[in-house]
Amino acid sequence: MDMPLPNPSVLARRDRILARLAAVLPGDALISDPTETRAYECDALTAYRCPPMAAVLPRTTQEVAAVLRICHVEGVPVVPRGSGTSLAGGALPTADCVILGIARMTAVLETDYGDRFIHVQTGRTNLSVTGAVESEGFFYAPDPSSQLACAIAGNIGMNSGGAHCLKYGVTTNNLLGVRIVTMAGEVLTIGGPWSDAPGLDLLGVICGSEGQLGVVTEAWLRILPKPEGARPVLMGFASNEVAGACVSDIIKGGLLPVAIEFMDRPCIEATEAFAKAGYPDCEALLIVEVEGSPAEIDDQLARIKSIAARHAPVAYRESRSEEESKRIWLGRKSAFGAMGQMGDYICLDGTIPVSELSFVLRRIGELADQYGLRVANVFHAGDGNMHPLILFNANRVGDLEKAEAMGADILRLCVDVGGCLTGEHGVGVEKRDLMHAQFTRDDMEAQLRVKDVFDPAWLLNPAKVFPLDVTAARRAG
Amino acid sequence: MRPMTEAELADILRGAIAPLVIRGGGTRGIGRALGAVLDTGGLAGVRLYEPGALTLVAGAGTPLAEVQALLAAEGQRLPFEAPDLRGLLGRSGGSTLGGVVAANASGPRRVQAGACRDSLIGVRFVDGAGMVVKNGGRVMKNVTGLDLSKLMAGSHGTLGVLTEVAFKLLPIPEVAVTLRLSGLSDAQAVLALAAALGSPFEVSGAAHWPGQGTFLRLEGFETSVRYRVGQVSRHLARFGTVDEVADMWPKVRDVVPFDGQTGDVWRLALRPSAAADVVARARAEAALYDWGGGLVWLLTEPGLDLRARLGAIDGHATLMRSDSTLPTFAPEAPGVAALTKGLRGKFDPKGILNSGLMG
Repeated sequence: MDMPLPNPSVLARRDRILARLAAVLPGDALISDPTETRAYECDALTAYRCPPMAAVLPRTTQEVAAVLRICHVEGVPVVPRGSGTSLAGGALPTADCVILGIARMTAVLETDYGDRFIHVQTGRTNLSVTGAVESEGFFYAPDPSSQLACAIAGNIGMNSGGAHCLKYGVTTNNLLGVRIVTMAGEVLTIGGPWSDAPGLDLLGVICGSEGQLGVVTEAWLRILPKPEGARPVLMGFASNEVAGACVSDIIKGGLLPVAIEFMDRPCIEATEAFAKAGYPDCEALLIVEVEGSPAEIDDQLARIKSIAARHAPVAYRESRSEEESKRIWLGRKSAFGAMGQMGDYICLDGTIPVSELSFVLRRIGELADQYGLRVANVFHAGDGNMHPLILFNANRVGDLEKAEAMGADILRLCVDVGGCLTGEHGVGVEKRDLMHAQFTRDDMEAQLRVKDVFDPAWLLNPAKVFPLDVTAARRAG
Repeated sequence: MRPMTEAELADILRGAIAPLVIRGGGTRGIGRALGAVLDTGGLAGVRLYEPGALTLVAGAGTPLAEVQALLAAEGQRLPFEAPDLRGLLGRSGGSTLGGVVAANASGPRRVQAGACRDSLIGVRFVDGAGMVVKNGGRVMKNVTGLDLSKLMAGSHGTLGVLTEVAFKLLPIPEVAVTLRLSGLSDAQAVLALAAALGSPFEVSGAAHWPGQGTFLRLEGFETSVRYRVGQVSRHLARFGTVDEVADMWPKVRDVVPFDGQTGDVWRLALRPSAAADVVARARAEAALYDWGGGLVWLLTEPGLDLRARLGAIDGHATLMRSDSTLPTFAPEAPGVAALTKGLRGKFDPKGILNSGLMG
């Protein structure tokens, strides 16, 4: 994976740039000591690291604007960062960049239960948004698995999803408005606590733009009333094909579960060894969760049971209590940890049409044999968002590269069957060079033009999302 | 001009030098755009429909009615309940999917299922210089690259001409029940709707029709809906007795109360709790509240500058029907307007796509 060479002119002006930043920030908000900038050298994609020239941690939108104005004038690349949990390298620095961390901006600015929104600073973590409203019976729906740590800024940057988006949608469907600072340091408000902006849906293109268009410092988020209850059912099947067919039939049956999660045999075995959740010994299992009152849940589970019966499940376990629900989710929630016990892994995030599930799983198995690597599959089956985990040994020379090559083959496969490279993690640097597989030059050109308008000098997170050869002329100015 | 293929459309746009009015079915366009009509009706046809994956891909010129019938046969539907504004706007003809997307046309179910833009998972379009662009796709979760599908939704044909659109779908529920509260003032009605929408009982419609009542909709499996009818009625007891009435949601969706009445029609996107006060200050001839007050339709005397009358509001007003020269869309803040102008310059460098419509 290549990154652009640092701009020597920026590096040569380092001291002046730092002095200018220091002049507009409180003493503790500028980090430039090389031992301290190491803390920002990577995000959750730890295979790639590079300490930034400096990191800034502003506390107000005005400070963010002041930093951006200076970087704009000085021509310094800026890499926005939420909590640094990106699995795609969205916050990976370059040596000539300033990391703009939003982590100190965590305030709740307004909560309105009648109008059902919360207005927050975007450094606030995802889970603590729900934490701020749950005493009134509300929650914030998008729930990425990093929700304890990840920031709303990053959620907006990556248009994050989670296990429950089958019913509630992803970030873009739950975002009402933002306050955004452009690279030139201009503070704009787009949308607000009402539906629709008067003109173009700029909010829609800002969400998921991976820090390419501006730095979002505040957000108006839709909050929803918490359902009365939720309960999962666990089903085991004799093959991936049968489990896939069952998913399709549940969807066709008019049910709208809040989550449909899928695990294949390698994943079941790994999590069983690790978490001992008591999962059945089978080729594939589904966890389906439904919501409502106890009677509504019973009714939906009865319907699901009759659909599942047509697919001869080898195990069928309905939760009857909070305790049983926890046990059913235990393995699924431990899946990544279990794989981590077995070795290093790459987590992919392609999405496929649900109808292609069994074909894609079979093909992934063949690729695993071909590469001599192990793969476990755990994913959101209801919306086709796959998370194949490729195991490798980081201490063995060439293993990472082999795993990455296999990952690229899997993602190309996802695109070939009508899907996409990333369903919820974002492109970042990780999938940047695969964009050619999904988009023509013109498809990408249209996207680059949006960035041209928001960030004409191409200073915001410039080496991400698009292949470097496609953006070279623009980045060169 | 009526291109039959995307390539033909691209040729037309590459060669075009004069303004074009982009038209699907001609049923919901607003504002004033002048030029030769570019009819997208030839770009029709369902390309893919997978009931088991809840996805549909179709040409932008495909008639909405054809798609609705196809989906209904499988017990499915487009989630966002696109309004039929032919009565309100005095139009005839048949709506197309492309027109629905260009207007981000979204009905009462928005409070639960989101707007058209939330169900839109992919587009193909040709920009004003003839460049063919694909964005999004046919899968429900997709964060690959910038989301131009959202940008196209609600752009009223000013950034490109849609050739293909992809939607995620929802099953048609077993039953739908409409509940009514009677005799509430506008302010009380908005509070009642907020109480219902803030309950866990999954309200899929929340409207107030002054003089007719305050309405809620519950949809789902029979046993579940029965249960929730009881719960919502108890939850709203302080606002009066709740009774069950016949389905009236198409009337709210299509603004039927204003049918046949003269005057200008405004569509206000509002912070719901501000709605009743805004309506009082508007001194309009008629009002209709949807989305719990988040959407308000107003009928005013012809030529009234409602924006001037209201001053600053928590929201904005779009002029849907008028003979006046008032701007159709509320002016944007200067910084936002500059971005919008920049985008138009990039996607429509010749300024030929519904020129002047959105400012």
